[in-house]
Amino acid sequence: MSIRKSWDVPESEITPLKVYRERRQFMQGIAALAAGTALGIPPMAAAGTKLAGVRTSAYRLNEDRTPYKGITTYNNFYEFGTGKEDPSRRAGSLITRPWTVTVEGEVRRPRTWDIDALLKLAPLEERVYRMRCVEGWSMVIPWVGFQVAELIRRAEPNGNAKYVEFVTLHDPKQMPGQRSRVLDWPYVEGLRLDEAMHPLTILAVGLYGEVLPKQSGAPVRLVVPWKYGFKSAKSIVAIRFVEKQPLTAWMRAAPREYGFYSNVNPTVDHPRWSQAKERRIGEFRKRDTLMFNGYGDQVARLYSGMDLKRYF
Amino acid sequence: MKRIGKPLLFLVCLLPLLRLLWLAMTNGLGANPIEFITRSTGTWTLVGLLLTLCVTPLRRLSGWNGLIRYRRMLGLFAFFYACLHFTTYIWLDQFFEPASIARDIVKRPFITVGFAAFVLLLPLAFTSTRGMVRRLGRNWQRLHRLIYLIAFLGVLHYLWLVKKDVTLPLIYGAVLLILLALRLPTGLAMLTEVGGRFRQGGR
Repeated sequence: MSIRKSWDVPESEITPLKVYRERRQFMQGIAALAAGTALGIPPMAAAGTKLAGVRTSAYRLNEDRTPYKGITTYNNFYEFGTGKEDPSRRAGSLITRPWTVTVEGEVRRPRTWDIDALLKLAPLEERVYRMRCVEGWSMVIPWVGFQVAELIRRAEPNGNAKYVEFVTLHDPKQMPGQRSRVLDWPYVEGLRLDEAMHPLTILAVGLYGEVLPKQSGAPVRLVVPWKYGFKSAKSIVAIRFVEKQPLTAWMRAAPREYGFYSNVNPTVDHPRWSQAKERRIGEFRKRDTLMFNGYGDQVARLYSGMDLKRYF
Repeated sequence: MKRIGKPLLFLVCLLPLLRLLWLAMTNGLGANPIEFITRSTGTWTLVGLLLTLCVTPLRRLSGWNGLIRYRRMLGLFAFFYACLHFTTYIWLDQFFEPASIARDIVKRPFITVGFAAFVLLLPLAFTSTRGMVRRLGRNWQRLHRLIYLIAFLGVLHYLWLVKKDVTLPLIYGAVLLILLALRLPTGLAMLTEVGGRFRQGGR
């Protein structure tokens, strides 16, 4: 049947990734050059620009990577609209340079990081992670970034710092989705300090070895692979160390449906739908969802003794 | 018009399906094609139901009683897209696992109401033939008032499945409310009057 074709395209019909990206890179290069010349912005900020000096890491999942096109056209980024293709269509209005990230709160060394300094905070490495959305689909994504722990160590949290809050830019002019009250802006996410310190937790600045596209949360976003995707805040402007558990955007929106932890857990359903299975983007059949998204060996100890049904 | 009206409507009603087939063949269904197909067939089921419910108010307003001839086809197309929607669910979402489907229907309120709406559509589709209309007599109309409940369950199904942005389900709900309100005696009287005045003014 012809319907099959859409997800079962023969290899020969797919535009080779290299050709596809070179084409994009070329167009974006031109656009960036034009914009850069006019505004004096270094062209390296544009998506599609290769990131230099990216190291490979041990955290590289041996599963088929979701194609670049899928990762960058099927997004939940309500700041640009609630449709899956809204972010890729509308995120062009986001200005990622200049950009600063404020590190503040219960720390000895608060600091406002310029994004280009942040990019040099630690060596960039590639991390190939599973990404499981709370809606029941998943991807395998080659991020580029560094461990959040690197930044935390430099901030020197004091004894009061129990949690870390991540805040997304709030500017309806750049983020047209924020004109709607669908969420209580700005988007806030949070982790326990030990979760944030975990070696799997990264700040991502790149995708497929290149500068992170705007629809994926440029210029810098959180990636916490054992939690549902919405925990990984995008386009971060502030990282705040706090004593009390943060009230996150989704907890405010629907406290019965979204808890603070939001660990991927096939045995704890969303109140309205099952979390036992997921559809990997590009695959036909559903696959079983893994406990902690398959990262149980690394992270289960963070939650030993906790009732994960209660702390969902 | 009488001759080509129905074939024309038939083709128009097929357009959503043709669009899906076209998108499927041109790799245009996006990163999650199964979700796209599920959403699209569900949307057109709802649109079909609401269009079916438009016939009576439009008849009153226009005074064109011939409109009634198109109602059955609209209703059956709503049923057709509901069948596609349901098939997508049991095949591409559940892969014909009876236990899993049964659990879903019992446990998930949005599946429960969607499934109920689909089951309630069945007797309406089966009694849509001329023979059945004759045989059932007055009971036919009583039975087919079920469409009010079905459309309501359809909107509820949509409302309960969206994650956060309920704009679209609420729009469908508002349209349904208006269409139902126009069926109350005052609504019908208003339509007749407005339509009559408009036609007089147009003369």
